[in-house]
Amino acid sequence: MKSAISPRPVRRPPRPHRPGRPPRLGTALAALSATAALSLTGCAVGGGDGPVASTPPAHLSGTVQLWHHYSGREAEVIQSVVDDFEKKYPDVKVHVHSGQQDTKITQVVSSGGDVDAMITNVNATLGTACKTMADLTPYMRRDGVSTADFQGIFAQATAFDGRRCSLPTTSDVYGLYFNTALLAKAGYTQPPRTLAQLEDMALKLTTYNSDGSIKTLGFNPLVGFQQNTSATFGGTAGVTWMKDGDSAVASSPQWRRLIAWQRAFVKKIGYGKLKTFTAGLGDEWSANNAFQTGRIAMTLDGEWRVAFIQDQAKKLRYGTAPFPVLDGSGQKYGGGFVSAADIGIDKRSRHKEAAWALVKYIAADTDAAVKLANGVKNIPTLKSAAASPKLQAPVQYQTFIDASGSPASATSPVTEIGSTLTATMDNFWTTYQEGSGGDLTGGLKKVDRDINNALSLRRAK
Amino acid sequence: MMALATIGLLVFFLYPLCANVYLSFTNYDLASSPKWIGLRNYTYLFTQDPRVWHAARNTLWFVVILVPVRMVCSLGIALLLTRRKRASGFWRTLFYVPALVPPVASVVGFVFLFNPGTGPVNTLLKTFGIKGPLWFNDPSLSKPSLLLLGVWMMGDVMVIFLAALLDVPKDQYEAAELDGAGGRQKLWYITLPNISPVLLFSAVTGVIAALQYFTEAAVASSVANGKTGIDAGADQLLGYPNDSLLTYTQWMYVQGFSSFQLGYAAAMAVVLFVVAAAVMAVLLRKAGLFRRKGV
Repeated sequence: MKSAISPRPVRRPPRPHRPGRPPRLGTALAALSATAALSLTGCAVGGGDGPVASTPPAHLSGTVQLWHHYSGREAEVIQSVVDDFEKKYPDVKVHVHSGQQDTKITQVVSSGGDVDAMITNVNATLGTACKTMADLTPYMRRDGVSTADFQGIFAQATAFDGRRCSLPTTSDVYGLYFNTALLAKAGYTQPPRTLAQLEDMALKLTTYNSDGSIKTLGFNPLVGFQQNTSATFGGTAGVTWMKDGDSAVASSPQWRRLIAWQRAFVKKIGYGKLKTFTAGLGDEWSANNAFQTGRIAMTLDGEWRVAFIQDQAKKLRYGTAPFPVLDGSGQKYGGGFVSAADIGIDKRSRHKEAAWALVKYIAADTDAAVKLANGVKNIPTLKSAAASPKLQAPVQYQTFIDASGSPASATSPVTEIGSTLTATMDNFWTTYQEGSGGDLTGGLKKVDRDINNALSLRRAK
Repeated sequence: MMALATIGLLVFFLYPLCANVYLSFTNYDLASSPKWIGLRNYTYLFTQDPRVWHAARNTLWFVVILVPVRMVCSLGIALLLTRRKRASGFWRTLFYVPALVPPVASVVGFVFLFNPGTGPVNTLLKTFGIKGPLWFNDPSLSKPSLLLLGVWMMGDVMVIFLAALLDVPKDQYEAAELDGAGGRQKLWYITLPNISPVLLFSAVTGVIAALQYFTEAAVASSVANGKTGIDAGADQLLGYPNDSLLTYTQWMYVQGFSSFQLGYAAAMAVVLFVVAAAVMAVLLRKAGLFRRKGV
């Protein structure tokens, strides 16, 4: 690409060359720059998809390096699934690198490190990581693994730019948690199904102290509070993120109506009051979580909260439901925002067959997927696992299993800029809800512009 | 020895610097080779990046406000401590101890102290009938809140000033008193010129630290936001509230290690390097401010 800006050369009188003197600093710098350029150009992720044998190998052996982001208890669950895999293939050893964030994994891959298989976060990373992953299509075709084995949305989301570079493993599904005792006290027996009902109930469930500050809150509408983001709210309103590879939020009436609804809701309670109340709440991941302590009657959260409540607030009387939808948006009730972890093979792996066997086992083996979901307390993406009687699913958990297979469920698009897409919208929305956001349509157009500029930079050649 | 030092300089400073400059002209995402795109990263930085100017302004605020305020307060406390005759050790220790507290712990403590809902500061204000502000949750107060923390942790600067003040020759003060100089004149004509090298050192290191301000702002953002990083990306954790605590180095980190825009982050680093060098050059030129001419 030619730039419109061209630096003007600075004319200097030529300095006489003196034989016997060491080279000038400029020459040394130029040499260093050239060396740097040459060495950095070699930082490519080489390797390729290469040919895939027409039949699976009769015997697998070797060491597979698996990298993933899970840590602590969740890493132990992964390890137990890996142990089962090693029992199934005794001559394959899996060396697990746990607690490695996506950035670290990408760095290791790009520097030619020893990576065979990797688990990453779809929405944040796949747009970049897909380039480094092998195409799984020939393996899947050969071994009878089909994208139809997975819940539709996850199969779609784990391919990028026409490449089937990964398969989904477990997923996070978002829904509504409601305190049945508080709702009953206010005369409600059913959770809300639309955002208008949610607001109406939330306002009735909100109580105040004598000084006007919030005592208990029906629902916290602030974007930025716990799991309230443009992605999770957007999943309930049938919004459009992208069109033909470009950002299209300004042309989506659902976005305008959703944000207008949320801001009006915030205004009814008062932004300052909500901020003060929110700041005084306990940590989201501790036993002091506001929903678990009864300070908030309804909240938007992921399926993991069921396990947290089981562990930290056994006496809490609560229910779960799909998150309410924006009235008249065309969004069907029953789904919600979902996101997934995915697993793939490094393009440069020298043990692709063994790595594929591991990927296939973790992603597409029913018992392994159930064990993983039960242990990590996430929703399986494999249909057979979601339907398995071995899946430990308390009644509140079933909501999320059903939602994961619902055609009404949605995720934010996977793009080259990863989480910048949703972060740009979050950034605008958090300013707008405060009351200083100005013109909504103008703001959304700027969001489009900012996202498109970021995409354009990423796609620059 | 010089050869070894030169090799170290070339390998650990000059090569990374040149590599960074080269990368700043490329589209590099770690996953594929750097692609030469000329000035595209710089064009994006100066004309299109929606958050970089917030970040630059915030960083400038820390350079222009935090550094001088910390220096003035440190100098004030150091001057007071030189006058203490009794229990001087106790007072010196008292003012120095906060500097020993790890920055992360200090920030977490401060955010809890200034929690608008449950913090003791607002609770105390409430007893006097004053409605406490949102502090770290208010975009207009988040930086001043960090300024309070910076002043509380000024022991490291204060102790250097104290040492310099105790080093000022007493006979100069005595001579000035004989000539009828007052306190302000002694400060301006004797104290400040004598400690000017220490003032310069403090200003230079303070400005460099402020240009790279990261940890305190990042921790304050994530703690006040109630996010712990379990589920949030760096670009969601940093900058809260409303990008008021997003610093230039944080945004550079997000671009490089969260968004995989290594080429763009390299361009940001080049600009920071140039700005830091320019600021240092100005500071060092102005360093002669208190130098006595013709002596």
